[in-house]
Amino acid sequence: MRELEYVRADDAASAVALVSGEPEARFLAGGTNLVDHLKLGITAPRLLVDVSRLPLDAVEEYDAPGGTGLRIGANVRNSDLAAHPAVRASWPAVSRALLAGASGQIRHQATTAGNLLQRTRCVYFQDATTPCNKREPGTGCSAVGGYARYNAVLGASPDCVTVHPSDLAVALTALDAQVVVLGVSGERRIPMTGLHRLPGDRPDLDTVLEHGDLITAVELPPSAAARRSTYQKARDRASYAFALVSVAAGLELDGDVVRDVRIAWGGVAHRPWRATRAEDALRGQQLTEEAVLAAAELELEGATTTDQNAYKVPMIRNTTALACTRLAAGEVSR
Amino acid sequence: MDSEISLTVDGRRHTVAVDTRTTLLDALRDRLGVTSPKKGCDHGQCGSCTVLLDGRRHLTCLALAVSYDGAEIVTAAGLGPEDDLHPIQEAFLDHDGLQCGYCTPGQVCSAVGVLDELKQGHPSHVSQDLEATPEPSDDELRERMSGNLCRCGAYANILAAVREAAGRGQA
Amino acid sequence: MTEQAAAPLQPRSMGTSTIRLDGRLKVSGAAPYAVEHPADAPPLHAWLVQSTVARGRVSALDAQQALAHPGVVSVLDHTNAPRLEDTSNGELAILQDARVGFRGQIVAVVLAETLETAREGAALVRVTYQAEEHAAELRVDNATYRPDSVNPDMDTDTDEGDVEAALAGADVVVDETYRTPYEHNSPMEPHALVATWDDAGEGTVLDLVDSTQGVHGVVSALAPMLGLEPGQVRVRAPHVGGGFGSKGEPHSHEMAAALAARTTGGRPVSLAVTRQQMFALTGYRTATISRFRLGARSDGTLLAIDHQVFEQTSAIREYAEQTASPTRMMYAAPDRRTSHRLAVLDVAVPSWMRAPGEMPGMFAHETAMDELAVACGVDPIVLRELNEPATDPETGKPFNNRRLLDCLHRGAQRFGWSGRPAGARASADGEWWVGTGVASATYPMMVQPGNSARVRSLDGGRYSVAIGAVDIGTGAWTVLTQIAADALDVDPAAIELEIGDSSLPAATVAGGSSGTSSWGGAIVAASQLFRNDHGDSPDPGVETTASAAEDPVAEEYALHSFGAVFAEARVHRYTGEVRVPRLLGVYSVGRVINPLTARSQFLGGLTMGLSAALFEESYRDARFGHIVTQDLATYHVATHADVTGVEAEWLDEEDYVATPMGSRGIGEIGIVGTSAAVANATYHATGLRVRELPLTADRFLP
Repeated sequence: MRELEYVRADDAASAVALVSGEPEARFLAGGTNLVDHLKLGITAPRLLVDVSRLPLDAVEEYDAPGGTGLRIGANVRNSDLAAHPAVRASWPAVSRALLAGASGQIRHQATTAGNLLQRTRCVYFQDATTPCNKREPGTGCSAVGGYARYNAVLGASPDCVTVHPSDLAVALTALDAQVVVLGVSGERRIPMTGLHRLPGDRPDLDTVLEHGDLITAVELPPSAAARRSTYQKARDRASYAFALVSVAAGLELDGDVVRDVRIAWGGVAHRPWRATRAEDALRGQQLTEEAVLAAAELELEGATTTDQNAYKVPMIRNTTALACTRLAAGEVSR
Repeated sequence: MDSEISLTVDGRRHTVAVDTRTTLLDALRDRLGVTSPKKGCDHGQCGSCTVLLDGRRHLTCLALAVSYDGAEIVTAAGLGPEDDLHPIQEAFLDHDGLQCGYCTPGQVCSAVGVLDELKQGHPSHVSQDLEATPEPSDDELRERMSGNLCRCGAYANILAAVREAAGRGQA
Repeated sequence: MTEQAAAPLQPRSMGTSTIRLDGRLKVSGAAPYAVEHPADAPPLHAWLVQSTVARGRVSALDAQQALAHPGVVSVLDHTNAPRLEDTSNGELAILQDARVGFRGQIVAVVLAETLETAREGAALVRVTYQAEEHAAELRVDNATYRPDSVNPDMDTDTDEGDVEAALAGADVVVDETYRTPYEHNSPMEPHALVATWDDAGEGTVLDLVDSTQGVHGVVSALAPMLGLEPGQVRVRAPHVGGGFGSKGEPHSHEMAAALAARTTGGRPVSLAVTRQQMFALTGYRTATISRFRLGARSDGTLLAIDHQVFEQTSAIREYAEQTASPTRMMYAAPDRRTSHRLAVLDVAVPSWMRAPGEMPGMFAHETAMDELAVACGVDPIVLRELNEPATDPETGKPFNNRRLLDCLHRGAQRFGWSGRPAGARASADGEWWVGTGVASATYPMMVQPGNSARVRSLDGGRYSVAIGAVDIGTGAWTVLTQIAADALDVDPAAIELEIGDSSLPAATVAGGSSGTSSWGGAIVAASQLFRNDHGDSPDPGVETTASAAEDPVAEEYALHSFGAVFAEARVHRYTGEVRVPRLLGVYSVGRVINPLTARSQFLGGLTMGLSAALFEESYRDARFGHIVTQDLATYHVATHADVTGVEAEWLDEEDYVATPMGSRGIGEIGIVGTSAAVANATYHATGLRVRELPLTADRFLP
């Protein structure tokens, strides 16, 4: 860990100005991923701008088309967001996704924005002695032909085959959340579906954010599908493990016919994967296990696998069916 | 680059110079000689360094000390010194909820935090009804304690200790 | 040294659930572990620099940038490190030449004023290598080296009768290959020590406060290499945060700290191995490939057992896991053969991990037995009854106390085995397939020679009892106090136990489930001789030091502990996820000295076995040569949530042939057979036979 200058930001605008003006500056919030990376030697900023004490810790309702939305400050801790009564009632997939991630201690520490911006846990990205295009562009991808059990099955490129690790991001992607971003040229909104990138030939870039952009809030719009939503995660350990695959799903039913459906997948791609083809196939159909399996199959056309990660295809298909049929039956899914 | 911070640890206020790179865990252990929080992995993967920070359970390894200027920290040693243990610590002893003892201070702090979170009605991954007030069932306690690894495998006995502290006695 | 034949001890404190005597210190965090000991002077912090090639030479090492970093004091490498007197131990002989034998080997040590500056100093050391082609993949076809013996000193191969003919004549043959992965001990306290080198005066030159399972073992390994007499090295380890074999012998970080301390003019050196570094430097269990062949009559009576083991060692130091050793004594069969072959690879040095040999070997054997039971249509417990040997198949000696069947029957009763459906994939509960499985467990009874204890009377009817034993979480502080109390016929409160210091009478390693037996035997011998010499009302200050004489009677028997493990597994039919809601172990281990701490040992072994069954795998990327799942987020060990219904009990018995306490060892048997019981349960649940650990979800998805 190289020597660091540390500045506690007075307000969001000055934080943005400080980081924008210094290519080797980084924001520090909960620190659960950044401090990890500092120690591993996979990032070496010269300046840390601490935004953890900025007053971005409110959860507020706002008027939105079709009801009341929720604006979540970037510094709201994962545990507080998961326990927030409005989230539990109207966006249960968000609460479930948070509770399926990390540990109680880490959820107290990790922030909403930081969760979305956490980086891959690919073992080669985290091992500075091995080639990795995401960590060091142009060095090659060690996960191709190496430890591939967690590798992506959708949207991978020859340069990077890893997956995005966040659970929260999957739920937010399914429920059409958007992030509020403060940059040098002011505030803008980015839909969650457009925040994270596929790797292409620039796997070093996880998101579309510019250097110095600060996520200040996340906005959760209301919907019937969000109210009837869940998050289903398959993993090795029963707790405290990253997803093998995960599904965020929301349903609006008219009898047993799908009026609206939201599906996003985790653990399968370099970004949370909104399964729009599957959603389109399900809308207007009767919600049956077979229908969901077929819709998922459609979404999985073009999936690429190796011996080590081929299991993800049946696993994500089945987990999608499980999440949707349980939602339809009014059963708890976890 | 050194920076001066103040920390209140187990009721004692300290002013200490830390490198901006110093973690809260190293500030406690190496600068202040407070070794109750343990370094098991140093990367947020084991829970051995858990303390109560401003009242909530918190890792100290993935935290830069400089960012925690003014924090109030309670370690397992502050919960109960050797001769005046906290009821949770007594329960750990009675149920043999420890073997090598290295994860134990973190388990103890986490258990205190878990019971407080239950009291506040926080849901968990295993809560059937997200909107209901959770009960301290075995499943709930296990899930909530899962951020604290124990390689000796004292889990069954730790659960018995936490269960007793949760007021469920010998279930 | 006085030797004393120890007479059988009558239990008074033994057999009672005494609460851990070090417990209060541990629940408050006041028990100091290695680097937590206050040093006489502020220590320098050491940080290890590891090789990034698997084989080759260091061609250049540039420490300039590191030395320029504020706080960095010095950098040791092979050009400037103190020379060793003996370099035959290829693991410990670090920094002596430019050779690199595996990726992750220590190539330099940075000393600095703080942890932060030491870490950054290590990052700034520029090492260039002449890399050579390396081999790091274990396969059957490259595991061709036949070691002279296997750990600790067993025959490499055994061959009785005509296995091939017996297999050819068998009604039923199971011929399958079973695999266990690389596994890492991963104790919660990373390996760490404070080393001080002071050769100004008489006596101790090198002082280590270490995290080790055997203080005397560290002395005997390091002293001659460093050109010191054993009496010039003192090693202390009052509290150790687990080891599971990985702290059983010193590893290269201990040598690194000793060498570094020699260069600092007496200033202590504090070195803590990082969790990531542990995956290269502090030992691990080799992966194993077992080709297992069982030949039987149609009723399940075994005719032939053939166990061919393929595993690996490091080219720089040999370690041969005794994977087939339990196969030699477990079941009766007239024709039997075992063998071990190693791939000699450019990899980190494997070593002991809880129940070396028995753990991977019994996974193979007990899964094969389950396959045989299915093939013959026989209940798995009946199959084991059928093949129970009259005498030890390996030595022909009588077993002293072989109660495998009692364990199986008691376990079957408690677990509710009798209603079990015979066929696989017969039970479901909602989205889960449900099944049950059983496996046998065994572990040899061992007493190590070379232990002695000192008993000294103190004022007020109190006694000091001293031996260089180590408590790694087993409960030695408590259990040895109980043994001493009974041996001296006093209350445990009258005993002041001293352990964890090589300046105390010699003790062997806390390993091989032999600690309590070996140390306890010495304590009993010394106590009885003390009473003999000094009577019941000794003057304060008189003392006796003695070791236990070897027991000739024990030599006449095959001494082993036995157990039975029962598991219920649930496999999710959508995701393939496996959960184990019930796990029961029943053991025959002689007298249980402290039921409270013994239960913890059994539960801990079962939990580690469950963890191995479901999660644990260190993935070696042969292209690079090192383990890439090198932290606790990617090397999964069981969490609280995974351990839902683990129970242990034991048969009420004592075994005075084994030890004067009537006890045998208990530290390892809990992990033996457990992964097979779980695997057999997943087969019963799903009809899918998985012959490779761990039993992850992907193996149960089509």
